[in-house]
Amino acid sequence: MRACVADDASKLARIVDDFPILRERTVRNRRLVYLDSAATSQKPQCVIDALVTYYSTYNANIHRGVYEIAARATDAFEDARSKVARFVNANPRELVWTRNTTEAINLVAHSWGGANIKPGDVILVTQLEHHSNLVPWQELAAKTGARLAYIPVDDRGLHVLDDLDDLLDGVKLVALSHVSNTLGTIAPLDAIVPRAHAAGAVVLVDGAQAAPNMPVDVKALDVDFYAFSGHKMCAPTGIGALYGKRALLEAMPPFLTGGDMIRTVTYEGATYNDLPWKFEAGTSNIAGAIGFGAAVEYLSQIGMEWVREHERSLARYAFERLRELEPRGLVVYGPRDPDLVADVISFNYADIHPHDLASILDGEGVCIRAGHHCTMPLMEKMGWPATARASFYIYNTKQDVDALIDALGKAAAIFKIDRAGAAGALGG
Amino acid sequence: MDDFYRDYILDHYRNPRNFGHLENPDVVAEDTNPLCGDRIRMELLVDANGTVADVRFFGKGCAISQASASMLTETVKGRPLADVARLTKEAVLENVGIGISPTRLKCAMLGLKVLKTAAVGKLASWPDED
Repeated sequence: MRACVADDASKLARIVDDFPILRERTVRNRRLVYLDSAATSQKPQCVIDALVTYYSTYNANIHRGVYEIAARATDAFEDARSKVARFVNANPRELVWTRNTTEAINLVAHSWGGANIKPGDVILVTQLEHHSNLVPWQELAAKTGARLAYIPVDDRGLHVLDDLDDLLDGVKLVALSHVSNTLGTIAPLDAIVPRAHAAGAVVLVDGAQAAPNMPVDVKALDVDFYAFSGHKMCAPTGIGALYGKRALLEAMPPFLTGGDMIRTVTYEGATYNDLPWKFEAGTSNIAGAIGFGAAVEYLSQIGMEWVREHERSLARYAFERLRELEPRGLVVYGPRDPDLVADVISFNYADIHPHDLASILDGEGVCIRAGHHCTMPLMEKMGWPATARASFYIYNTKQDVDALIDALGKAAAIFKIDRAGAAGALGG
Repeated sequence: MDDFYRDYILDHYRNPRNFGHLENPDVVAEDTNPLCGDRIRMELLVDANGTVADVRFFGKGCAISQASASMLTETVKGRPLADVARLTKEAVLENVGIGISPTRLKCAMLGLKVLKTAAVGKLASWPDED
């Protein structure tokens, strides 16, 4: 197995070297400039090895197996839970495996929401939410007769908290993302969570874009639920986690029912397993969980403070370089401040539609995302038909930012954008 | 990719033909590309002989979807509605030229899908999937 990270001066070079997809010239025989980690991150060799080792040396179903490899698989699965729990400062009993952030949020919406949300209750979200932290609450509200209200954001995508106490009046649940996947905005949780609790609300945080990019301590944040996905933080797809405060999880009915989540079953009924297994019906994504454990171990070796600082400096550099293109019609959306954003920069270039931009950049070996980023209401509010989005991770370098700027130059040449900018920018 | 964005594509993107709305269209259809959310609306005026007397399209989207829709309006103006219903993806590819990548084929086909929906009076399938 490859050693994951060496803590020395060439740390970044070593990190890049940990990722086979970046090390090898996999796309059109050129170095991959991957600026779409907010969609999914690349995987380091140690995570890939963890999957291969499980499947090739101790593949077995977990829990109740009496033979050796079943015991090994169970230990590895539960050890991974401990690692991921420790990564966000949670107790392993309070960490439920899910498929991803979306499933974690749906678990809370169906189980906690079904038991606690009544007609006339208010669910407070923000205008920034990814569809995964919006549609489950719209569904719950429609089913229960509750109402959705929104914490507004300003033109820069920053939360406006002036009327928060009024907005919190009668609120049962506040559900918000820690980091916006479209604009990178970091939510001021320290200003929101205590006031939400004072108003008697439960707080769920969608951490899909935060857990990969900054230190997260669910105890210090004092959130009631925290949902995140493995695949955006070096782990395989299909594995995510829900942290929930023990008392809340204990009181909640099961989400999915069936095998593994029961204690006893008779023809008349069933009793349910202890936490966290009460919420893990059926055979879990064992390999995925083990991979998630390896991923957070890898990230912990790098250090999440380092990750945050690295991305802050990349964002600062990218903002600088993108500013050079502003006279030609480049528009950056969001807070435009490296201290206020995490890993994401959204922009448009003159009248080039972001899909055309993404196609041209792809031709230059630069991967970015284009579209509404699963935040259609936000795009509509801001008046942007779509945006281009570049996102950074631990393995990105200033060289990648330079490659982005060079590829944007190519797009400008193809679209014949002159110094004065073309026929007006696309929205914003 | 440079091959694809030829001058006439950019021209149709920046100066779309038959763009806007008709006052009293006989047939209207609208659809979106689920991959990107681009939306195109087609409005047709059909005369007593069943010929497309006038056409307008409306929408926002990438250069490929907008240029393709713009060129299609020129293709179908003055043609029998029955011919419009029989148009295939080849007609679009003839308009936009070679070089379109598989990931962007839907962009080029959206305008035709909407036109065919208008012509046959029910939701048409994606021309590239027929």
